[in-house]
Amino acid sequence: MTPLTTLMLGKHPWVSGIPSGQIALIGDHSREVRFHAGQVIFAEGEHADRFWLIWEGQIALVLDIPGRGTVVLETLSAGDCLGWSWLFPPYHWQFGAIAVSDSRAMEIDGTAVRSACDADPALCAAIYRRVSATTVERLQATRMRLLDLYGAPADHHRSDEP
Amino acid sequence: MTAATTPHRYRVQAREVETADTATLTLVPLDQAVDTPRPGQFMMLTAFGFGEVPISVSGGDGDGTLVHTVRAVGPVTRALHAATPDTIVGVRGPYGTDWDVERPDARDLVFVAGGIGLAPLRPAIWAAIRSKHRGRIVVLVGARTPDDLLFSRDLGTWERRPDVALGVTVDQARSGWRGNVGLVTSLIKRATFDGARTTAFVCGPEVMMRVVARALIDHGLSESDVRLSLERNMRCGAGLCGHCQLGPLLTCRDGPVVGLDEAALLMATKEL
Repeated sequence: MTPLTTLMLGKHPWVSGIPSGQIALIGDHSREVRFHAGQVIFAEGEHADRFWLIWEGQIALVLDIPGRGTVVLETLSAGDCLGWSWLFPPYHWQFGAIAVSDSRAMEIDGTAVRSACDADPALCAAIYRRVSATTVERLQATRMRLLDLYGAPADHHRSDEP
Repeated sequence: MTAATTPHRYRVQAREVETADTATLTLVPLDQAVDTPRPGQFMMLTAFGFGEVPISVSGGDGDGTLVHTVRAVGPVTRALHAATPDTIVGVRGPYGTDWDVERPDARDLVFVAGGIGLAPLRPAIWAAIRSKHRGRIVVLVGARTPDDLLFSRDLGTWERRPDVALGVTVDQARSGWRGNVGLVTSLIKRATFDGARTTAFVCGPEVMMRVVARALIDHGLSESDVRLSLERNMRCGAGLCGHCQLGPLLTCRDGPVVGLDEAALLMATKEL
């Protein structure tokens, strides 16, 4: 960890509100990384032991579907957090991740953060609170997408029947 | 509103296929032209032998031609959607309120469209661009799939323009799609604009407009700076028949474009 790493980490929206001492703890297990467009960051089923706070670029969560190829489930970009599976057993990625464009992120050692959480309940609460908020936000967005909002409008809003 | 209640005859000059169920028709008057519509207003279009429907204006240069984008969802819109060049259709209007896009001057303008909702916003976006608007122009578009995106030429043009920030996302991608995948609200979070000095124009399914409105308010906009286009059962177009009543509003006359400050409570009321 360098003071610059911790400074950068503290400016990421995902850690906004975490006390500086705890940011420094996370910073101890962080490093800046870059991904080039098309680079596979992780693959479905692999061991999940880290996560990323995205600074620049665009990263796609993907799933390989037989007959359909690699399908993008969601895209993430600056300000987003990539990866939750490092936090929950069995610590395997449920989807893959590929950089859509050249990207820059803070890579955080999830295993080390889990250990740090065991020793620091306040850090643990801060991490779980943020992961929960991210989960809820994406769950709600996914539910909205499942509604197929852009399908045919409800008949009672239209005068398309003679 | 004094627009005539008798349709004028227009000829389909051109038909452009947008998606599997949506086409854009360019209409020219056969005899007398209707008044020039403003972005956000709608016309009542007649498919003779089928009926009449309200369709928003989706383009036009003020030279008497009308541009309407029609999605085939019922008998009348299916007939209009299928109209080939030289088909005669009926037109009356223009009706309703408009986006009033020129008024915000140097403020940032954020256009958020979902699905067919890009059609009523398209002329407003072009009006903002042509007026050499001094604030930012942000255009955020959501669609079900890449194949459901309307106005691909316009999207390409806006993407290349330095004065427009364009974001496009789809709910479901197909293999090979390299754009965004996610709800249209995810684009709001990523867009750059000054919420306190922004006017937003939102059009799409009502549920989508509700969540977009919440995201815009979270971004610092006030309710009075969020304008929505409401869709109800417009029949007469002149505020006479009451079919399109939404609480105290007759959406054909007091809408379709209304402020969120006026619409929020009405949109949250069940079965209204």
